[in-house]
Amino acid sequence: MSNVVEGLFYTKSHEWVKFEDDTTAVIGLTDYAQGELGSLVFVNLPEEEDEVTVGEAFADVESVKAVSDVYSPVTGIVAEVNEDLMDEPEKINSEPYDAWFVKVKDITDKEEFLSAEEYTAFVESEQA
Amino acid sequence: MLIFEKSKKGRHLSLLPPLDVPAVELTGGNQREQELHLPEVSENELSRHYSELAKKTHGVNDGFYPLGSCTMKYNPKINDEMAGLSGFTEVHPLQPLHTVQGCLEVLQTAERYLSEITGMDRMTFQPAAGAHGEFTGLLLMKAYHHARNEQNRTKIIVPDSAHGTNPASAAMAGYSVVSIPSREDGCVDLEKLREAVGEDTAGLMLTNPNTVGLFDKNILEITRIVHEAGGLCYYDGANLNAVMGTVRPGDMGFDVIHLNLHKTFSTPHGGGGPGSGAVGCKNLLAEFLPVDLTEGKGAYYFVDPEHSIGRVKSFYGNFLVVVRALTYLLTLGKEGIPEASTHAVLNANYMMACLKDKYTMAYDEICMHEFVMSLKDLKKDTGVSALDISKGLLDNGIHPPTMYFPLIVEEALMVEPTETETKETLDEAVEVFLQLYETAHKDAESLHLAPLHTPITRLDEVEAARHPKLRYEII
Repeated sequence: MSNVVEGLFYTKSHEWVKFEDDTTAVIGLTDYAQGELGSLVFVNLPEEEDEVTVGEAFADVESVKAVSDVYSPVTGIVAEVNEDLMDEPEKINSEPYDAWFVKVKDITDKEEFLSAEEYTAFVESEQA
Repeated sequence: MLIFEKSKKGRHLSLLPPLDVPAVELTGGNQREQELHLPEVSENELSRHYSELAKKTHGVNDGFYPLGSCTMKYNPKINDEMAGLSGFTEVHPLQPLHTVQGCLEVLQTAERYLSEITGMDRMTFQPAAGAHGEFTGLLLMKAYHHARNEQNRTKIIVPDSAHGTNPASAAMAGYSVVSIPSREDGCVDLEKLREAVGEDTAGLMLTNPNTVGLFDKNILEITRIVHEAGGLCYYDGANLNAVMGTVRPGDMGFDVIHLNLHKTFSTPHGGGGPGSGAVGCKNLLAEFLPVDLTEGKGAYYFVDPEHSIGRVKSFYGNFLVVVRALTYLLTLGKEGIPEASTHAVLNANYMMACLKDKYTMAYDEICMHEFVMSLKDLKKDTGVSALDISKGLLDNGIHPPTMYFPLIVEEALMVEPTETETKETLDEAVEVFLQLYETAHKDAESLHLAPLHTPITRLDEVEAARHPKLRYEII
C-alpha cells in the first residue's frame, strides 16, 4: 500500500500540493504515482518565472517504460525549481514527499483538491 | 567479447597489392600525431567474431518477431538479389542521366505504383525513414499555408494514442502540438476534434488503422472537419500493412502521407537503416516537394518542383531500398498486395482469438493487423508484468511484442504477427504465451528472473538509463 501524508492536498492526477501561504505552494508526485511509474531515469522541469496553468502539463518524468506528463494543480508563476532532481530523479522514487518539483507563487487558480483521506480512497478505487 | 579485446599487435588480414605510384609523405598539420586505434586480427578471427555476434542476435531470419507497429515481415531474398545488380550498385549519383536511365525508371515506376496504392498524385523518395518522412510532410504543409499567406496556422492536432514521432516531428517543424484524447475504443473523439480545430489549425496527423489496431470508421468525417477548418490531413503510414490495396489514404481524405518502405514494402530493417520514408501528396502540395522528381516516358529526367522546400537528404534518398520495394511490388502484383494485407489481418485476429480466454484484450473486437493486450489484471493477480512476459518469450526463442505502448493502455503488449508467418508458427507462439500465463500463476518468481537462456540475461535497465556507458573505452 502506498504512503499518503496527512496535511497535504492531492489531485486525481496524483500530484501532492503543500501550501506555504494562500498564493504559494510546493508541488510533487505522490508515492502511488512513483510506484506506478516505476524507477525514474529522467525529469524535465520548467524554468523559474514560467507560467503554469491548472490541468496543463508543467513537467514530465521518464521511466524505462515511458514518458509521463506531470500536471499543474494550480495557476501561477514558478518561483523555484528543484534542480537536484535533474541529477537524481531516483529521489522521486525513494522520497516522493521530499522530492518536490517546483514552488509556485502568485497563485490565481487551483483545482478542487482531495484531502489525504479522500485521496487514499481514490487510490483504492483505482486499484480495484 | 569485443573485437578490440581479440586484437594482437602486428596481426593483419590485408594483403595489399604493391605500390605502383610514388609514395608521398604528408606534411604539416595533415600528419596524424597518434597511431589509430584499430583492432588487429586475422581474417579467420574476424570471420568468427561476426558469426558469433550473428548467433547472439534475433532477426526475422531466426524466428517469430511480432513486434507491434514495426511490421517485421519476412523480406524475400529476391529483393536483395535485385538490389545487388551492378547496374544499381556501381553507379554514381552525379553521372550523366543517359547512363542511368534504368535507375530513373525504377524511381518513376515505384512512384507510380505507390501513388496508386495510396491514392496520392506525387511522391518523393528522399526521406531516409518514417520520422524523416513526417518532418518532410509537415514542411510541405507549412509551405502550403505560407504560400496562401496563412502564417497564423501554427498548430498540429495529434491524438493521444499517436506514435511519439508525430508530436516530435511537428515540434521539429516549428509547430505547437495540440493533443486530443481518444475515445474509450481508441478512435478519434469527433467532439474533441471539433473543439480543437480553428483558424490556427495547420493540420492533423493520424494513422488508420490507429495505434491500437482498429480502423477508425469516422475517418471521412474526421478529415472533413479538419478540411473545413482550413487544415490539411497527414497520414502516418505506420499501419498501412493492414489495408494496402484495399483502401487508400487518399480516398480517406488525406492530403499527404509517408510510407515506411522498409516495413510495409519489405526491406530489411531494425538494424538502424537504411530505410525509406517515402512521402506522397495530392497535387495541391506537389509544387512544394523536395527537388529531383522523375519525369519522362521512355527517356527519363529530373525536374525541380516550382516552389520546392529544397533537399531533405543528399541525392535521391536510399535508392537501393526503393529497388527492393519495387521488386516486392512487382513480385506480389495487384492481386498479391491486398492479399498480403488480408493475411496480416487474419493472422492477428487468429492469434487474438486464441489468446483472449486468458489474456485481457484492451479492445475486444475484430482487429486489423495487430492487437493490444493489457496485462494489468495479470500483474495485479500475480505480480508478473508485461516486461516479465516479454522476457519469458525471449527464453522461448520469440522476439517480444512492443511493450508499454500505446501509452493509453496499461501494461500493454502490442502484437503484430504479419502475413509471412505460418499457422504452425502462430500456434507455437500461442502455446508459449499460454504456458507463460500458467507460469505466472504457479511460479511468478521464475519470470521475474527471465531470460535465463539468452546470451545476455536480464539487464538492469534502470542503471543503464541512469548511468549509460555510451562508448568503448580504449585502454
